Amino acid sequence: MFTSSLVNAPSLSQRARNIRRNALRMGEVQGQGYIAQALDISDVLAVAYFHAMRYRPEEPTWEDRDRFLLSNGHYAIALYAALIEAGIIPEVELETYGFDESRLPMSGMTSYTPGMEMSGGSLGLGLSIAVGMGLGLKRKGSKSRVFTLFSDGELDEGSKWEAMMSAAHHKLDNLIAIIDVNNQQADGPSKQMMGFEPLVDKLEAFGWFVRRVDGNDLDAVVAAFDATISHPEPQPRIIIADTLMGKGVPFLEQREKNHFIRVEAHEWKLALAELDAGDRS
Amino acid sequence: MKSVTSGTPGKPRLTTSAMIASIAAEGQKTKPAPFGHALVELARSRPEVVGLTADLGKYTDLHIFAKQFPDRYYQMGMAEQLLYGAASGMAAEGFMPFATTYAVFASRRAYDFIHQTIAEEDRNVKIVCALPGLTSGYGPSHQAAEDLALFRAMPNMTVIDPCDAHEIEQIVPAIAAHHGPVYMRLLRGQVPLVLDEYNYQFSLGRASLIRDGQDVLIISSGIMTMRALEAAKELAGDSVDVAVLHVPTIKPLDHGAILREAAKPCRLVVVAENHTIIGGLGEAIAALLMRSGVHPAFRQIALPDEFLAAGALTTLHDRYGISTAEVTRQIKGWLR
Repeated sequence: MFTSSLVNAPSLSQRARNIRRNALRMGEVQGQGYIAQALDISDVLAVAYFHAMRYRPEEPTWEDRDRFLLSNGHYAIALYAALIEAGIIPEVELETYGFDESRLPMSGMTSYTPGMEMSGGSLGLGLSIAVGMGLGLKRKGSKSRVFTLFSDGELDEGSKWEAMMSAAHHKLDNLIAIIDVNNQQADGPSKQMMGFEPLVDKLEAFGWFVRRVDGNDLDAVVAAFDATISHPEPQPRIIIADTLMGKGVPFLEQREKNHFIRVEAHEWKLALAELDAGDRS
Repeated sequence: MKSVTSGTPGKPRLTTSAMIASIAAEGQKTKPAPFGHALVELARSRPEVVGLTADLGKYTDLHIFAKQFPDRYYQMGMAEQLLYGAASGMAAEGFMPFATTYAVFASRRAYDFIHQTIAEEDRNVKIVCALPGLTSGYGPSHQAAEDLALFRAMPNMTVIDPCDAHEIEQIVPAIAAHHGPVYMRLLRGQVPLVLDEYNYQFSLGRASLIRDGQDVLIISSGIMTMRALEAAKELAGDSVDVAVLHVPTIKPLDHGAILREAAKPCRLVVVAENHTIIGGLGEAIAALLMRSGVHPAFRQIALPDEFLAAGALTTLHDRYGISTAEVTRQIKGWLR
């Protein structure tokens, strides 16, 4: 588990706020980005990186670390924001987001960025890689766990269900998946693109230990991580996180829902201001 | 018309459109499951070697490995995208997966998974696939006529097309010594033994002149090298002197050896491959020669750009021009 030597370690809500801030600052650098998704998943990433996962910021490839596979590569802006907060990426690099030669490209790729364990972008890859890593870690006798984040839209991909069956078949109790259910994919609301409910029943029928929570309720997310980590049965586990796109920035929460929301140049500062105001209230 | 029938009275009618049939000719010297046995041999000294398959262990000779190392064998079910994604994950954890299926499923169904999780991430996965090119009479579902074109086009992929059992035994340790993704065409079951007679040694990335000759240079890979050597013997009876340059590594191509041989004067250059005429060894060599200003008389023996028929393999190899008799006949025609 990540432990801070500071007596006054930031709270999880401060961590989540900082992750949102980092993401907004990167969005501002490029004037674009999958910012609504970054804001919706920041609470989950705060719990993953500052409550659940074991890692060494100064040694991103530490053998005993927990692995984190970002299957939805377009959430890279969110993961970079978390990796900056975790000290794995220096904060100054935030200014390079999306620029030529940057280690922080728009879509997450393993060869570019410390702490990025897979190349996402083509949706549906992560859980299959996670199965292989889970098998490999068991083969090595490692206590490390594999976390993988993907989005509800990826449930449309058949390969996800191959991997669901496989993880249960191989009893991968070292695999913890997280689905971001923000009900938004490229062409519209996810549930209208290809219905996936009842998701808890489906995944339980597939042999998984399932926890479904409000992904923007930090206490609930902590409880879900704790439950999935401590679950004693030999089965893979999954957290279904229902989230709100744009969370933490009221005018973005209310903006018409789109996969790629438009934020005007002057709005980035406003978004940061609303985020900070919300944190104080 | 897709039907393959022999209408000749008195000639036995071949109707076996079997999924797997030996490519060995009647009475030909063979060796059983050379890949499986070579992998077992390798795995004895390399504990990181693991075997993965998608419900085709028995049909890719991986069952030999599974029997010897049951705890290092992973049955992934009939799920090829998962197979290669998981192989990437195991490689990320330091293992060397040999992941097998049929060539059609790796190249056509799992292409994006191999592209993104193995080639792009530079994972040390060996993709070993049976039924390459036209080695099944089952029809296009199992005929991987375009596998080399697809994997050649993938950055960071080494592509290998072995000729026989002797070569496969040498390729297994050679690709293990090479860190990075490899696609290897697999001949399984009773596999012809040909190159042992030529004192042949496989070397990754190297073409090898198996025999020299004055009139024709056949540049070939895979089972077409076997056919080329047989054709060379037949053509010798007609006083046609044939050289055979075997190119088992399709990518990276051995430019030096190919240019050196193709530039020798007064020889017809014929590229022979068990693959569609589009995007394989023939076009790779044609482009190389053009780029290098080497312009011999040039012909290709390859499968046509069409969905191939079901039927007995021997019938199909004749029909599509890659049997020994057809290779011989075509070369004679070009020399006329």
